[in-house]
Formats: sequence, structure tokens, C-alpha cells
Amino acid sequence: MLARLPHAARTILACWLALGASACSPTTDARGWECLAPANAGGGWDLTCRSVGRVLAELEMAPGRVRTTNLPGAGGGVAYARTVAQRSTDPNLLVAASPSTILRLAQGQYGSLQADDVRWVGAVGAEYGVLAVAADAPWQSVDDLIAAWRQDASSIVVSGGSAVAGQDHMKVLLLAHEAGLDPRQIRYVPFDGGGEAMTALLGGFVQLFSGEASEVEGQVEAGRLRVLVTLAPERMEGPLRDVPTARESGFDVTWTTWRGFYVPGGIDDVRYGEWVRTLETLGRSEEWAEARVENRLEPFYMVGAEFEAFVAEQVEDFRTMSREIGLLR
Amino acid sequence: MDALSHLISGFGIALQPLNLGLAVFGVATGTFVGMLPGIGPINAIAILIPITFASGMPPESALILLVGIYYGSQYGNSISTILLNVPGTASAVVTAIDGHAMTKDGRAGQALAVSAVASFVGGTLSIFALVLLAPVLSNWAIRFGPAEYFALMVFAFSALSSFSGGSVVRALASTGFGLWLATIGLDPNSAIPRYTFGSIQLLDGMDFVVVTIGLFAVSEVFVLLSDTRMGEAAADVTGKAAIAWKELLATTWTMLRSAALGFGVGVLPGAGGTIASFLAYSTEERLAGESGDFGNGDIRGVAAPEAANNAAANGALIPLLTLGVPGSGTTAVLLGALLGLGITPGPLLLTEEPDLFWGLAASMYVGNAFLLLLNLPLVGVFVRALTLPRWVLIPGVSALAFVAVYAVNASSFDLLLMTGFGVVGFGMRRFGFPLAPVVLGLVLGPLMEKNLRRAMALSGGEVGVLFDSPIAVTLWILAFVSFIAPIGFRWARFRSTRG
Repeated sequence: MLARLPHAARTILACWLALGASACSPTTDARGWECLAPANAGGGWDLTCRSVGRVLAELEMAPGRVRTTNLPGAGGGVAYARTVAQRSTDPNLLVAASPSTILRLAQGQYGSLQADDVRWVGAVGAEYGVLAVAADAPWQSVDDLIAAWRQDASSIVVSGGSAVAGQDHMKVLLLAHEAGLDPRQIRYVPFDGGGEAMTALLGGFVQLFSGEASEVEGQVEAGRLRVLVTLAPERMEGPLRDVPTARESGFDVTWTTWRGFYVPGGIDDVRYGEWVRTLETLGRSEEWAEARVENRLEPFYMVGAEFEAFVAEQVEDFRTMSREIGLLR
Repeated sequence: MDALSHLISGFGIALQPLNLGLAVFGVATGTFVGMLPGIGPINAIAILIPITFASGMPPESALILLVGIYYGSQYGNSISTILLNVPGTASAVVTAIDGHAMTKDGRAGQALAVSAVASFVGGTLSIFALVLLAPVLSNWAIRFGPAEYFALMVFAFSALSSFSGGSVVRALASTGFGLWLATIGLDPNSAIPRYTFGSIQLLDGMDFVVVTIGLFAVSEVFVLLSDTRMGEAAADVTGKAAIAWKELLATTWTMLRSAALGFGVGVLPGAGGTIASFLAYSTEERLAGESGDFGNGDIRGVAAPEAANNAAANGALIPLLTLGVPGSGTTAVLLGALLGLGITPGPLLLTEEPDLFWGLAASMYVGNAFLLLLNLPLVGVFVRALTLPRWVLIPGVSALAFVAVYAVNASSFDLLLMTGFGVVGFGMRRFGFPLAPVVLGLVLGPLMEKNLRRAMALSGGEVGVLFDSPIAVTLWILAFVSFIAPIGFRWARFRSTRG
């Protein structure tokens, strides 16, 4: 049986036998790559780490497997602070990021930490935002929802997996703003991730769920949720093909949740260049294309200098947007 | 009936030679790994996930292996908890109270045996509950909103007078300390730093393992050092560590009650084994009343949390498998494994992947049985560790503590923090402050805070929402009774001694 185990397994086993388990525990494995997911398992950042990590190992681009570590807290702030403060020269650390990271940086919610305290490597896929209600809710379309909001904004409580002023909150605010409602009237309650936020909707504690397409598809197929609107630029495929986009409904709002990575700011240019090439190779591989579809991610690909510029621009955009909406002075 | 026939075919899957072998391997590895407190079930599983992916084994087999490790590591943790007072999980903190007291009493073998049997009973009962009630209970889990969670936390805290060893004031002080520790770090809603004094290391808050190992293991070293004579053995070991089956049998009802309680609590996402263990322990203490010797090595004080914790571990699989929401840290890692295997947990899992679900349920039973078979004969071997002279044991426990804490974040700041907590723990012991409520405060404080703030946000600041649902009201009543009952008992005793 030993001979049939793959190399990595034998290494770990041998390590255990020789040194005891603690010596082989992940944090002390200097050579292995680590992907830090700044949220609990099951969320977007976690999926990013796990799917990309798996493909990197499959393509044998990483030394052995890529370990995913979950470090939830403060909407990614804990992981960001950890990366900047404690891991700033770690050449083997990738951290999953999305517009939520940028949003919080733009709003100054990571304390004094700035977007240029880390290095932005690239994005390899994207998701689109959705707004969903329970299957037995009275609202059939986004127009019904807006009408209800207009009548009594306090009658609808929204749940989302991100903190106040995070991206799930932003999605509803943008829609409300576009519909001419006062965004400050919208009631939003943050939960620890999309799973808990959706459970709150299923339990009837909130009336509207703000999240991502991939988070709701399983529940939609089971007939427990109804998606009112997607925030994609175009009509989506798959289980949500019958759901109109916000644009189709007359509201010019989109929300693209790209999935990408940053690395510690203290690594040298050579290592950064290697990371960029790694994501480049990954992004163009068949294996990733397959994994991307499995994870219901849309194509979205950008690396290196282009991505760094994109991030810098998005920080500015989000700062402006937050001011306009009244979340930032 | 349908469920039963599915379960039988599930056993057909679990008893295939490969799966059986994986279950044994998983349980044995898990026990070994679990003895190191910092590693714990989460890391043990995380380490093995890539092996299961790479080997290309079918999803059922992979899950069987992972679940075996999960069980094994929980029991392994109980071993180091009982023998050395080095708990690695919050629920093991409860086991430590009477488990380690039994060890000091020379009854380490008995404590290990009851731990193994109670784990088995808790696991077995909850597997049947899982099989029969999974669809129903997923609905119970979603009915639990922020207000209900908050009431549940209050109930859990009301039980803390159990851990006071007489002084409610001291228990409250310990809890307050734990709650305060829990507020260190970034505010969960707004990401504003609290009590960090500009230190970036404190932004992450207090790591559970650092605090627990410091308070328990390091202070234990100080206690050993402060009253030791050279060359003396750590504890007396009775005979051949023969197991007193009669005493074990006497805990049957404790195990059954605790298993039921643990399972119900475990189903709630986020609540899990910690609350289950604390509640089971305090319930049993209340029921034992005068006949109990809880805190000083009562065997029921080991049976209750072990049964509840294992039952909760199975209960936590329900929200994972039926809602796709992980109910605990370990199930979160299992969720990752499921996704990696191309399986989407959710409402349709039971109908779309029956082999997986029922095979898993059956293999959990098999894993539990192996755990018992492997470990009961080994009790004597584990206990032998205590015959080590103190000049071996004290450096050994210290080394274990440092390795465990360093393994968590590879941070030397954590080591300093741990040592600091060791000093605090030593002081608390000397002045009779219980340690367990600190852990309860630290673990449940953030959950309590978040759920209170959510409930308030949902109601628009209306406090009445906390008492709005039958579930919440029931929990408030339980909390009230649980807090008042011991005071009432004491008053009655006072009356009877006077009259």
C-alpha cells in the first residue's frame, strides 16, 4: 500500500515516522505553498484558494500541494494585517482577494494599511452578484422589490456575508441608489459568510439575500430560493438563465466579483515575477478552464502590471462610490 | 423504513475491505495526532485531504478516512487532557476538570476508559439520530436565528456557577476575564481595533489554543514545580489500570442524556461541541446534586462532556450535508474536501448522492467501534506515561505546550503570550478562580456579541425581539432556572442544617 501512495503522501508519512506529527505540520513546512483564505470554508475566497491550489498541484507548478488556510475576521482585515505584519517576506504565501478587499482598503477599514502594502498578482475568474428571496416571498421581480422598498424601506431586511459597507451591502445600495431610493434607508445585517446569511433567509429572519450566483444555485435548484435579479452584464447561463439582469430591468447596475490574489509586499521582484508567470500559465491552462466552470466562475483574466493598475483604479472608484453613497466622508 | 434500507446498503459500503482499512488507519492516525493539542482534528484532516485527492480514491472512501481521523483525534486529545491536563479543544477543557482530577486520584485508567466508552455511546446514538432525523433537523437548524443563538449563549453562561467550586463571584470574575479577552482584536462588524494598543499582533485577537495551553498546561507545569520533590512520580497508578465496569455502567444515564443534548446543540451551526460539553457537564452536576463530587474527579464529569462532544460532532454534519453550511471548524474543512471531490452539499445531497450520505453514516459507526476496540486495550499503555518521574514529565509537558502553540501560527509572540497566560493561570489556581469559565467566555463571547448585534439590527433596536420566539423563551427560562437552582439548593441545605 505504501508504494502505491503518491509522493507527497509518502513524504508526509515518512516525516511523521521520523520526527513526529508536529514537525510535519503545515505551518512548519518551509517549501510548501500556502493559500490564505481570509474567510471561513465554503465562501468565495476559500473556493478561490482551493480550486486554484488544486490546479496548481495538478499542473505540478507548485512544490507538492498548495495548502489552504482559513483566517476569517474583519472582512479579510485579519488576513491582510497578518500578511503585512507577520508574513511580509514569505515567498510561499498567496492570499485570495476580491473586490471586497479593495472596497475595504478604499474605505480605510484595514486601519492604516494601504493597497500598496502588498503586491497584486492577478485575477483568474469572476462571479456576478445576485439578489434572492425565499421561494414563498411575495416579490416576483426586482420591480416588486423596488416598489415595496418605496412603500416602506424598513419592512425589508437584507442579509449578506460581508460586513457593513462590504460588497454584499454595496450591491443592494447600488441598486437602491440607481432606483432613486435613499441608500441610508436600506437595512442590512452582516453575517459570517454567505452560508449563514442564506440560512437566515431560509429561516425567515431576513427578507432579501445579497450574494453571489454560485452561492444560490444549489438552493435555487432545490426550489427553496427565488433569485429576483442578477447583477451580471449579460444574461447568465445555467440555473439562473431565466433571471433577468438589472440592466434588462432598467437599472444600470453590475457587480463583478473577480477572484484573484495578492502576495506579501516584502518579496523581491524576481519572486513576484514568478508568481505572475504562475498565474499566467494557470489562467491559460485547460485544467483551470475546467475547474473554473466547475466552480461556476465566468472568464476574467488579468495579471501583473495591468492588474496592479486595475487595482489602483478600483481603489479610487470605490472611494468615490462610497462617498457618493454616504458611507465615507 | 426507507432510511433503514439505505443504512443497510451504507454498511455494505463501509464494510468493503478498502473502506474498513481506511477507517482503522484513520482512527489510529487520528488518535496519535490528536495527542498533540495544537494539531487537533482540523489540522489532522487538512493534512490528509491532499493525500485522499491524489490517491484517486472514491469520495465515500476519502470521507471515511477523514471522519476516522476526526474521531481518532478527538479521543487522542482526551488522552492528553486527562493524563497531562493539556486540553487542545474547548470541549476538552470540560473533560479536563474531572478527568485530570481522576488522574491525580490515581484513577487515570478509569478516566480514559470512561472517555472511550462515552465517546462511543455518544457517537453511536447520534448516528442513529442523524439517520432518522437529518431532514427534520435541518429545519430546526434554520429556525435558530440571532435571538435564539443569543439566548442559547446566555443559557450556556448560566451554567457557569457549576464551575465555581462554590464561589459564584469567582466564576463570574473568570467569565468576565474570558469575555474581555474575546473582545481583543478587530471588531467583527466594523473592523475597528479594540484593546490592541497599536500592536499588530493583537489585531488577530486571542487565539484559543494559546490561551488554553497557557492557562492549563503551562500553569500545570508551574504547579508541578512549586510542590514537587525530586524523582517523585506524577501520580499514583492503580494496579494494572483495571477498568471498573460497574462504575462505568453507573454512568449509563449520564451518557444517554448527554448524547441527546449534545446532538441537539451540535445541529446548530456555530454552536457545536463547546456549548454541548459545558451544558452536559452542568446538567449532570445539577442532577447529581448531593451525590456528586464534580470538580474533584467524579466519573460522570468525564462521561458527560465526552458523550456530548461526540454527539455534537455528528450533529454538526446535518447542517453541512443538508444545508451546505458548515456547523464547526472541522465540518468547514470537510466541506472543502467535499467540494474538492466535486460534491456540492445542499438540500439535494440526500437524494442525489445516497451512497455517499449513507456510506458516511455507516462508516462513522464503524469508526466509533474501532476507536473503542483499539483504545480500551491500550488504556494501560497510556497510563504508563504517568509513571515517568517529574524531571522527565515537567520538561515534557513544557515542550509539548511550546510545540503545540508554535504549530498554530508559527509566531514567537504567541509563545510569550502563552507563558504570560501560564503565570495568570497559576495565580488564578492559587487564589481559587476556576479556569474553565475563561475558556467559555473566550469561545462564546464573540458568538454572543455578533448574535446580539444581529438581533438588534434585525429588530431595529427593539429589545423585545430577544424574547419573541418559543425557542428563545424556553432557553431564557432554562437559563434562569439553571442560574437560580444552585442558589436554591444551597439555601435549602442551609435551612436543613440550621433546622
